[in-house]
Amino acid sequence: MSTENEWPLWEVFVRTKAGLDHKHCGSLHAADAKMAVQMARDVYTRRQEGCSVWVVRSDQIVASDPSDKDMYFDPAEDKVYRHPTFYKLPDSVDQM
Amino acid sequence: MYTQAMDTQREEGGTAPALRSAEEAALQQRFDQRIDAGEFIEAKDWMPDNYRKTLLRQISQHAHSEIVGMLPEGNWITRAPTLKRKAILLAKVQDEGGHGLYLYAAAETLGTSRDQMLDALHSGKAKYSSIFNYPTLSWADVGTIGWLVDGAAIMNQVPICRCSYAPYARAMVRICREESFHQRQGYDSLLAMMRDGTEAQKAMVQDAVNRWWWPCLMMFGPPDDQSPNSAQGMRWGIKRVSNDTLRQKFVDATVQQAQVLGVTLPDPDLRWNEATQHWDYGSIDWAEFWRVVGGEGPCNHERLAMRVAAWEEGAWVREAALAHARKSELKEAA
Repeated sequence: MSTENEWPLWEVFVRTKAGLDHKHCGSLHAADAKMAVQMARDVYTRRQEGCSVWVVRSDQIVASDPSDKDMYFDPAEDKVYRHPTFYKLPDSVDQM
Repeated sequence: MYTQAMDTQREEGGTAPALRSAEEAALQQRFDQRIDAGEFIEAKDWMPDNYRKTLLRQISQHAHSEIVGMLPEGNWITRAPTLKRKAILLAKVQDEGGHGLYLYAAAETLGTSRDQMLDALHSGKAKYSSIFNYPTLSWADVGTIGWLVDGAAIMNQVPICRCSYAPYARAMVRICREESFHQRQGYDSLLAMMRDGTEAQKAMVQDAVNRWWWPCLMMFGPPDDQSPNSAQGMRWGIKRVSNDTLRQKFVDATVQQAQVLGVTLPDPDLRWNEATQHWDYGSIDWAEFWRVVGGEGPCNHERLAMRVAAWEEGAWVREAALAHARKSELKEAA
């Protein structure tokens, strides 16, 4: 069957409370942005799960390629000196 | 709500096809290792075709169950006895719609669109949980669905929160958080009638329990020795606990709840087994189960006809919204 008349897919991001990040929580279909925001409220915040929602067209998201995952993220693996625990300091100043 | 459909699907033309290439064999091996290590599989990760197909079938049928599951209870929204019960029932039915949407979205990550899934439902190709092919004859049915049907659903759904397919697992976590309200409101509604109700109301509750008990036990799917796809589902981390184990857990949990409520469960063979430390129960009429799955339950035709009518009668709304969106986009571009 044809899918050209389906409402586009949107990704939904919810801020659970002031001061926190928006976090991805799912997706939904809506004809336009305004409807997507309204539906995001009804579908994902029926129990006060959020105080703000973002929606973005799913086809607008650019993602890293999962098959490149190792090549892409492993270079950080051997850079232990980027972590504070790499440095052994005398006990008297170790709270630094 | 939940669908037992994965297990009701008869074997689909043999097992996995022979692997095509060394590259594919390596991918398969890597996939098996990830499953064995308890890792999650994400939408864009490589997965065997049968894993994808099985999940798509199970998640979409689960989604259909949520949507069709709105009908038996929706039937009572306008006739709820008080404003309080009406508000609760509205919220619950809205939740079921929401659960359907989470699940369609999870299934769509496997590469099939929601409209295609709905088409499969409407044409009768896809199944939904057979529990919704039973009628809601009285107000007590609404409370009984909450207590028993949603109770059975919770038993079934909690293990799926650890499903190897991450989008499904995430949707299930969300659903399980909301499901507990469904069961408690149902029990609360029955309790009100059993404690403060008239004799007629108490009899109505007992009648509802009598009608729903056996179909609820069937929700867990066929017995383990007649469940051909279970082993593969377990291997893939899609199914975590066997049908019979879940069914026993449900019976054990429900017996005491029935006692507190003051109703009897309609099974003369129900008795405590000291040796196994479980409640033994009588034999389930699997012929009835297969009849309802096969389309001959009391409400199969009515339920499907209502979904198809809702879809068709809503077509102009979907088209108008899309036309409006396209027109606004053009205007903005100009």
